[in-house]
Amino acid sequence: MSTASAPLLSVERLTMRFGGLLAIDDMSLDVAARQITGVIGPNGAGKTTFFNCLTGFYKPTEGSVRLNHPQRGLMRLETLPSHEVAHKAQVVRTFQNIRLFPKMTVLENLMVAQHNALQHASRFSLAGLFGLASYRRAEKKAIAKAIGWLKRLELIDKANTAAGDLPYGMQRRIEIARALCVDPLLLCLDEPAAGLNPRESAELNDLLKHLARDEGIAILLIEHDMSVVMNVSDHICVLNYGRKIAEGTPTHIQQDANVIKAYLGEDDADEELHAEAKP
Amino acid sequence: MATLVLATHTISPAARFKDAVAVAFIALLLGIPMIGLTTVDQGGTLRVATRWPTLFAFVAVAFAGRLILRFAIDQFKAHQLTRERAVDVTTVASASGRAASPLLTWVGWAALGVALTLPIFFSDNRYVVDTATTVLIYVMLGWGLNVVVGLAGLLDLGYVAFYAVGAYTYGILATQFGWSFWEALPVAGAMAATFGVILGWPTLRLRGDYLAIVTLGFGEIVRVILVNWTELSGGPNGIASIPRPTFFGLELKPPGDDPTFASFFGLEYSPSHRIIFLYYLILALALITNVFVSRMRKLPIGRAWEAMREDEIACKAMGINARNVKLSAFAIGAMLGGFAGVFFAARMGFISPESFTFSESAIILAIVVLGGMGSQLGVVLAALVLVLLPELGRDFAEYRMLLFGAAMVMIMVWKPGGILAHREPTMRYVAEGDSR
Repeated sequence: MSTASAPLLSVERLTMRFGGLLAIDDMSLDVAARQITGVIGPNGAGKTTFFNCLTGFYKPTEGSVRLNHPQRGLMRLETLPSHEVAHKAQVVRTFQNIRLFPKMTVLENLMVAQHNALQHASRFSLAGLFGLASYRRAEKKAIAKAIGWLKRLELIDKANTAAGDLPYGMQRRIEIARALCVDPLLLCLDEPAAGLNPRESAELNDLLKHLARDEGIAILLIEHDMSVVMNVSDHICVLNYGRKIAEGTPTHIQQDANVIKAYLGEDDADEELHAEAKP
Repeated sequence: MATLVLATHTISPAARFKDAVAVAFIALLLGIPMIGLTTVDQGGTLRVATRWPTLFAFVAVAFAGRLILRFAIDQFKAHQLTRERAVDVTTVASASGRAASPLLTWVGWAALGVALTLPIFFSDNRYVVDTATTVLIYVMLGWGLNVVVGLAGLLDLGYVAFYAVGAYTYGILATQFGWSFWEALPVAGAMAATFGVILGWPTLRLRGDYLAIVTLGFGEIVRVILVNWTELSGGPNGIASIPRPTFFGLELKPPGDDPTFASFFGLEYSPSHRIIFLYYLILALALITNVFVSRMRKLPIGRAWEAMREDEIACKAMGINARNVKLSAFAIGAMLGGFAGVFFAARMGFISPESFTFSESAIILAIVVLGGMGSQLGVVLAALVLVLLPELGRDFAEYRMLLFGAAMVMIMVWKPGGILAHREPTMRYVAEGDSR
């Protein structure tokens, strides 16, 4: 299933407890580099909590999250604050309920994502304040990168529009473009296809495959839209009540008895999986 | 493409001439009753007389003025276009991020022109220059608080504390250690910035209402300390005889032993020199504040402030250290308030805790909110309204504050986002051949 080399990210015995509620129960998962790993499960299974633990927004009660960073070596993500997970470990996430900077333009949103590099170049704003050449070069580079992603995600026409004024599907793409501007090693997407129409979903599929194969970005994907998950994932992990109930390739998952039971038994809304599961 | 774009903004000389003729015609129509005809008192009876030469001059001025104005606008627009088109596709000029709305730019420049020439026209009217100085202090405070509230979105109800820290730092340094205005200015700014960090540190996790309550308390703590720590601050009696600022070491006072401003430049001494000097001093400080804040806004830190206002969690997910960004906003806002405080102490010559009550914080906050959060020009307009309204209302005695309140309510009803609610992007993507 997974590649022979060491995984990019390995989650070991992760547990997250909120008072009496066990949101994640002893979960382990390996995420391979350059691959798309899907995380699925009924509503309330603990998928977003899992993301929050990975990216420093929650401190897990137990367990470890290790990242094999090509330049910085082994990093323990559970010990880092959220901004260092993004900045130093280059594990970048998006949000289930889109979190853009709504009054800022699309281009500005992508510039904010490059804050650390630019802030360093502006030398505590002094070089920037006096418009020194070193800062102007860094700014040009950052703009070029932002424009590059905007062009590839077909958002360039909207570069000067306030992000909050754009339609929902476009905002989803802007959030992905903004995350890409942070230079992620691992991109954690929380339901990127939610609210997209079938054509937009198909475009998202192509984009995700392209990012993993050609850009070498590992992707961790939470998704309810089975047409996306089953199509793009190399590997799928199924959560239910905070526990991992199955793991494997999409075909393997579609036939797994536990998964079918979890979906049919818990939530009528997610019948697509059942439909998909029958060959 | 290029000529086509130009054509939409410039008009041919013939069209320009026609346009001016139309304006002149309107001037003539208006001018006949207003200028052309006049009444003369002739032996107790009124008689209508004509003033055709004056009317002719009026129409001619309108005609020529329109021609010149039209020409200037075309030149300005053509210049803007060539500059924008010179920009490469991939390298967007952040320089083109200046105000895109020409009207607002013109209003800004006009306001600057008025501010620069005001003391020349009113050199013998102390009241006007004094009131204008007060307006400018509030403009500067508004621009400082704009960093914290308008850009970073941190609701600060205790801003007057930093104003007080600046004023008292100068007051104490000047009266007890003999520091001059210019020596104390940076120290007082640094002191206020330190207080900004002291306030910012414990409130990092707070937002909105909770932050407002803590900052409100902080403002009161500073005032209460100033009232009670008599050895340091003079308590309720305040600090008196604070030295006035000097003009590069030349004092502005009646001729004495030392060379004064008047004797050095061979002018006859006039008390209005000092008033006008103070006016230009606060104008310079306010303009430096404006340039500084508008430049900071276009730097990474400024964008991070705004992003923090929009969504703090998303900022963290983008790798931005929220603590540093918030503290820098508090520190810089406080520093600017401290500078304004130093000027206040130097202008008044006397400070006491009574000048730094909560109502001052409220007025400064009202200026920022009424002006439109984050808008620099809006702050100027709101400061004008908030300082001039009570002044103009002096004749109405006790109805003054009623008038003031009614005006604020009306502005918020008509313009809920503030007088100038429009947010100007810090940068703009301009594709080749695009005329925007």
